[in-house]
Amino acid sequence: MDYFLTEEQEMIVETAREITREKIIPVRAELDEKNEFAASILEDIARADLFGIFVPEEYGGLGGGCFEIVLALEELAKGCVGVATTFAASALGIFPVLIAGSGEQKRKYLPDIAAGRRWAAFGLTEANAGSDASGIQTTAIPDGDHWVLNGTKQWITNGGEAQIYTIVALTDPSKGARGASIFIVEDGDPGFSYGKKEDKMGIRSSATRELIMKDCRIPKDRLVGRKGTGFITVMKTLDVSRPGIASLGVGLGQAALDEAVTYAKQRVQFGRPIIGFQAIQHMLADMATQVEAARALVYAAARHIDAHPRQMSKVSSMCKVFATDMAMKVTVDAVQVLGGYGYMKEYPVEKMMRDAKILQIYEGTNQIQRNVIGQELNKEYA
Amino acid sequence: MELLVCIKQVPDAKDVRLDPKTNTLARDGVESIMNPFDRHALEEAVRIREEQGGTITALSMGPPQAEEVLREAIACGADRGVLVSDRAFAGADTWATSYTLARAIETLGSFDLILCGKQAIDGDTAQVGPGLASRMNLPYVTCVQKRRRVDDTGIEVERMMDDGYDVVRLPLPALLTVVKDINEPRVPSLKGKMKARKAEIPVLSAADIGAEKECIGLAGSPTRVVNVFSPEPRGDRKIFTGTAEEQVDQLIAHLRDYL
Repeated sequence: MDYFLTEEQEMIVETAREITREKIIPVRAELDEKNEFAASILEDIARADLFGIFVPEEYGGLGGGCFEIVLALEELAKGCVGVATTFAASALGIFPVLIAGSGEQKRKYLPDIAAGRRWAAFGLTEANAGSDASGIQTTAIPDGDHWVLNGTKQWITNGGEAQIYTIVALTDPSKGARGASIFIVEDGDPGFSYGKKEDKMGIRSSATRELIMKDCRIPKDRLVGRKGTGFITVMKTLDVSRPGIASLGVGLGQAALDEAVTYAKQRVQFGRPIIGFQAIQHMLADMATQVEAARALVYAAARHIDAHPRQMSKVSSMCKVFATDMAMKVTVDAVQVLGGYGYMKEYPVEKMMRDAKILQIYEGTNQIQRNVIGQELNKEYA
Repeated sequence: MELLVCIKQVPDAKDVRLDPKTNTLARDGVESIMNPFDRHALEEAVRIREEQGGTITALSMGPPQAEEVLREAIACGADRGVLVSDRAFAGADTWATSYTLARAIETLGSFDLILCGKQAIDGDTAQVGPGLASRMNLPYVTCVQKRRRVDDTGIEVERMMDDGYDVVRLPLPALLTVVKDINEPRVPSLKGKMKARKAEIPVLSAADIGAEKECIGLAGSPTRVVNVFSPEPRGDRKIFTGTAEEQVDQLIAHLRDYL
């Protein structure tokens, strides 16, 4: 279907597509097997100027918005959701600076991000604070010209690989959710270290680690936005980043569908290609329809968000939950269509199925997304 | 360093067609790509510029549509592209082509290093690079698989051989033809693509480069393509499988049957 992209948007799609074809697909199985971080692919992505897509032009970026990120992520996800997650998580990590940072902070960090010289990560989740993000226990205490952070963040994508970390910490524990603030912690700051690298079911080319802050001292100017507005910035950040995750689902679903159709056309059983059997055709038809519906919803949501509406949480959550549930279903079905071959690591679909699961969990579980949608509906109808 | 890269637009391998009148390749309406070896040459030029500074000029001799491949070259890092195009160039063999390119390069200025791909995937002669160097009286090395060192005094490279490689040192200015092993080309960047979209590609005619009529195009080509065809498969083919001993036994039995 034609989505009437501008010339610049077409260029973004072409560039990301070429990276996927030339740089990601040839190595994705090996990175997955070895649990290896895709560092050289990120350098290719940086050289292609893709990291700058969402950075304003004045800081060396392209000045694109949510829709441009969605386009790039969809193409990268067709290659490997692990690589695409790494890219998406860096964007997520720097969004708080884009949304609430001072001019100084933007000038300091954004040019490096746009050039892909430095990557970011988002530090919110803790062992006792996943879906219940307000349960975080990391604290930030002022001390002269510094803040001192204490606490541990868990399951942080790009942990140990990124240089810039946006950490959500409590500046006033007595105020609960209204007592949180966002800080920039940099690799090398005193008292900042990383835990072991996690061994995951999928997205294994993405690195996931604990972030450990033990009397971590950072300069006063690392506070992002006003003290106490941490969760407001977090919510705004997630509103803009969720369509990106949804887009990973669309790309993954499309890639799985492509494998399934190609296979069904070549595999001959009972004297003909199995795509000739209604059972298979109906599965493929449902898969294709779901992918297209998800794409349409994600694109619509992204364009809506780029128009800077007053309300965006509902559509942002809708596209995330729909596209990621779709990706899980489509990848499982793709394995089924490929049958025995689908189960073997020699074929790409079993990895796709393993990669799909996390999409339903991170950036707000799909249960939380449904909470958000329900609460928004409740507010909308007087 | 002033770098020049020769780039050819070639038909994508699967779409080759012949013009019956001239027995040469018909290029209109066929999917075209940048000759893969030239892509590697361009990438190497970009890497040299990253280390040493300078500019990269991409040059192509071709029909008007070859402008696309020069824009692609700019997207991949060339600073500018120049197209040498004239009806009179049509039908050129490698002799006439190297003459034309040499005239064009001399018109554009002086360069420290000229890079070419080893061969074009449509002609497969691998003659233009050496021909060009000879006409311009430049030292050259073909089949370069690695650049070891380059500076104002010269360049040191590895030349791929059947059983290893030679290390060759040349003074500048010089010409190199490269093989694919030399590098992994980067994906064209967004900024590169935007620059390419807006770029002005000058077109130089035969007159602009001071080319003599007898030396260009079909007129300037001592060789003629008489016929291009896929040979008919001849005779039986048999493939023997198994261990070496088993294959030898099968082969002997087979030869006995024939004798």
